[in-house]
Amino acid sequence: MARNRHLQAFLLIAAVAAVQLATMISDTQHYLTQLTMSGYYSLVIIGLCLLIGYAGQISLGHAGFFAIGGYTSAFLTTYDLTPVSDKAFIAFLSRTGMLVSTADLYGGQVLHLHPWAACLIAILLAIIVAYAIGGPVLKLKGHYLAMATLGFGTIVYKVVLGTEQFGAADGISEVPEFALLPGIAVSGKLSMRIMNYYIAWGLVILGVVLLSNLVHSRVGRALRSIHGAEDAANAMGVNTGRYKLNMFVISAVFAAIGGVFLTHYNGGIGPSEASIMKSVRYVAIVAIGGMANLWGALVMGFVLNFLSLRGYFGSYDDAVFGAILIIIMLFTPEGLLRRDLFSDIRSLFGSGKDLEEKV
Amino acid sequence: MKVAKLAVLLLAMTLMVVSPVLAKETIKIGAILAVTGPAAFLGAPEEKTLVMMVDDINKKGGIKGHALELIVKDSGASPEKALSFAKQLIEEDKVLAIIGPSTSGETMKIKGVAEEGKTILLSCAAAEVIVNPVAKYVFKTPQKDSYAVIKIFEEMKKMGISKIGVLSSNTGFGKAGKEQIEKLAPEHGITILVNEVYDKAASDLTAEVTKLKAANVQALINWSIEPAQSIVIKNARQIGFNGQIFQSHGFGNIKYVEAALPAAEGVIFPAGRLLVADTLPNSNPQKAVLEKYKKEYEQKNRGEEVSTFGGHAYDALLILTKAIEKAGSTDKEAVRNAIENLKGVVGTAGIFNFSPQDHNGLDINSFEMLTVKNGKFAVLPEPKAKKK
Amino acid sequence: MNIELFFQYLVAGVTYGTIYAIVAIGFNIIYNTTGIINFAQGEFVMLGGMTAVTLHAFLPLPIAILSAVMITMVIGALIEITFIRWLISPSVLRMIIITIGISILVREIALHIWGAGVKALPYFSGTAVSAISIGDVHISPQVLWVIGVSAVMVICLNLFFTYTLPGRQMRACSANRDAARLCGINAKNMVTLSFVLSAGIGALAGCVVSPITYVQYDGGTALAIKGFTVAILGGLGNSMAAVAAGLLLGILESFSIWVMPTAYKDVISISILLLILFVRPSGLFGSKEAAQLKEF
Repeated sequence: MARNRHLQAFLLIAAVAAVQLATMISDTQHYLTQLTMSGYYSLVIIGLCLLIGYAGQISLGHAGFFAIGGYTSAFLTTYDLTPVSDKAFIAFLSRTGMLVSTADLYGGQVLHLHPWAACLIAILLAIIVAYAIGGPVLKLKGHYLAMATLGFGTIVYKVVLGTEQFGAADGISEVPEFALLPGIAVSGKLSMRIMNYYIAWGLVILGVVLLSNLVHSRVGRALRSIHGAEDAANAMGVNTGRYKLNMFVISAVFAAIGGVFLTHYNGGIGPSEASIMKSVRYVAIVAIGGMANLWGALVMGFVLNFLSLRGYFGSYDDAVFGAILIIIMLFTPEGLLRRDLFSDIRSLFGSGKDLEEKV
Repeated sequence: MKVAKLAVLLLAMTLMVVSPVLAKETIKIGAILAVTGPAAFLGAPEEKTLVMMVDDINKKGGIKGHALELIVKDSGASPEKALSFAKQLIEEDKVLAIIGPSTSGETMKIKGVAEEGKTILLSCAAAEVIVNPVAKYVFKTPQKDSYAVIKIFEEMKKMGISKIGVLSSNTGFGKAGKEQIEKLAPEHGITILVNEVYDKAASDLTAEVTKLKAANVQALINWSIEPAQSIVIKNARQIGFNGQIFQSHGFGNIKYVEAALPAAEGVIFPAGRLLVADTLPNSNPQKAVLEKYKKEYEQKNRGEEVSTFGGHAYDALLILTKAIEKAGSTDKEAVRNAIENLKGVVGTAGIFNFSPQDHNGLDINSFEMLTVKNGKFAVLPEPKAKKK
Repeated sequence: MNIELFFQYLVAGVTYGTIYAIVAIGFNIIYNTTGIINFAQGEFVMLGGMTAVTLHAFLPLPIAILSAVMITMVIGALIEITFIRWLISPSVLRMIIITIGISILVREIALHIWGAGVKALPYFSGTAVSAISIGDVHISPQVLWVIGVSAVMVICLNLFFTYTLPGRQMRACSANRDAARLCGINAKNMVTLSFVLSAGIGALAGCVVSPITYVQYDGGTALAIKGFTVAILGGLGNSMAAVAAGLLLGILESFSIWVMPTAYKDVISISILLLILFVRPSGLFGSKEAAQLKEF
């Protein structure tokens, strides 16, 4: 079992490297831009997959967490502190190295919070919000749960759209690059493209390994019992409420991290990232990938986002997602990549057994 | 300037030497437009306009023998898609220039990409920040919001109005207008008593206009492009608001006027002259261009009314064509320099006079104050008596 | 706040509220017979309005509206037959996703048929500025049309469910589907009927409100979210409560602009919904027993 998971992770690493080499050899490195972007979206999707597929809780508001991450980070790293730089607190931040000064597009200097600090605050905020709303929301079931999460997503969307500090309908632009370590930065610059591809997919690999270990642990078994029969699980002494809440928070953190990094990579964020349609797309992709199938969700998340970002669907982008949702749910509610064919292939690796018949 | 001209000349000369090889090369032009999604009212007419123009140019043998190839990408008004498409167009399609995006939010996100990729960006979005401060490769064709606001304030002064209420929608367009109104009001002696932002999908604004009426404002300015702008007028008149109603230059769609008749009668708004093309005197330099565009567009699109938004795309491609002709080459730098030196280009929005400091090229006279008279747009008569 | 202003806000609130309530009733009818929340309910409203506007180009207004309602009903039936009828006990999650998919698809098809432009029917009586004035309170006649038509609709529905055979069969299905089937009721047909009915209600609502609010290809989504909010606020399945909840929410929203910028209007209404969901998931007016009986 464990060895198989290692094998899967190893295969993923190999695939990521192979793709990069392939683009290098075929001189199609421009694909890396969309590959990087879809990597960050995949991060949201594997987190959501954990929540929908394994804990059995739908969220129609996950773009909200993505936006909380992205907007918090964008706001904190673009808000110019120069006018208040003499205040004691700001001076303290400055001394501790929490502030940096960057040049904007026109050569002016902007004194702002260090992206690392902003990133941590963004994630912390996502955790707090997820705990605060997750508690009561996850007590709900079925349509009520759908409505509550949809409501949360709508609130985040309306707040970013209505708040001037967040740029209202224009969003936030000119977000600086995120220097992870000296010499390594999340940035959309052409010269750093290969590095950013590896940063994005490195995060995805890390995320998928973490989650895959989680679902194969005791926690995972408890989760599947919740999904199967929550009352029975409760009777057996599984604290279902706590498990659900924790999964909700973890998936929110994944979405927020995706938001933070993509915002720095794109150099900005707009309200479309918080829209309900985005949340629905995330759900669609998880559904297509096979609800309780991390790897399926990852593959579909990458493929569909990549195609969409490349503009292959043209003016039918949303229509394509709508049609896919209906077709998959009508004919293969357990997802495209959960068909017998696929589990047959996977059973060759011996890992298909424990996931079967779980939606 | 001199250096730039010299560079153009030099480039033109080098190109003339190699021109036999290049003569038949097609010119690729990218367009990132919100053809669908929340800003489709901008992107859809822009796309139709560009397709129509490119067909036309190619039928006539292209620009100096170069055929045009138009690559339209539908961003659905999402900045992240616009960004991905901009990189694609610049690196893979190696376009000469990008027309669009339709919205200011998207334009601001890809400004840096255009600068880094040294590719001309002709934005169809209105916000002033796009060209102020000037970025080397970024231009825009719609008139500045601030001119529209100043025009309105000047009209107010003539009519003796000083206390106003402002309504705007929560879109980029509404936001930009609201900012300019707030910024420019004090210097024109205007006091804003009520300042409300409503949702772009709002279907009834009675509550908002009631607030305005309660504050006893003399006039109302509404700044939006959505159907809400005619809902505002209707609701205001229904509750018995008697003050003057001003609209932004986004009011230029006769459909909205028809939907709000007779409430729309007497609404005053600044706009380009496209809407009143047929009533312009023959001496007006824009008349020929406007009538031609209007006729062609409405013929091609089965009677769909021409809008000023499509006009912004028209101007963008027109400027690009003129610049390519002037530069006599398809080199990005040469064309960019040529745009910067274009003077007196008659477009749908006005007469463009670019300079290295001004990447918009329009002055305040590109706006005309219009009003609605007998259900049609008409130029506001100059000696204006104060309305009831 | 003076008294005229108060009433003006009240009227605005009642107008919003009535629209929300009609959409919520559409949700409830389908929910009662199937246990499904049809996320495409807002699209019926849009389709009704759009079709009526198109037909009005060559038909007189009443006939155009009638035909539009009929056409939308047929579309409702087709949607049910194509996507829902043949599913065997689908999970709630699956149904949520399918109806969301349908809503997206209908919206995109509408975009490619009618374009992104805004359309509207003419005012049924009077013009855009005509108003019935009571003192300083001004009410558009169309608002009275909206309220009147909605009231008639609610009464007719009540009569339908109480006195007609199909109405009683539908109620039987919602109370206990298996028992109803044992009594010889074709439960599947009742589901189709519920889709037809709620499509018709939505379409009629779309026609009546279109002079005030206009119709646009993507107008259904916002309405669906509000309608869903109201349906839950009143207690899922309870249509009389939906009317009360709709009015309450409409009035609340209308008065909320005294304290909050209008841009946050939706934030207020949805926050209230979340609070109520957390405290009383059965809705404001729903009791546990009522939720179990699920009668109209």
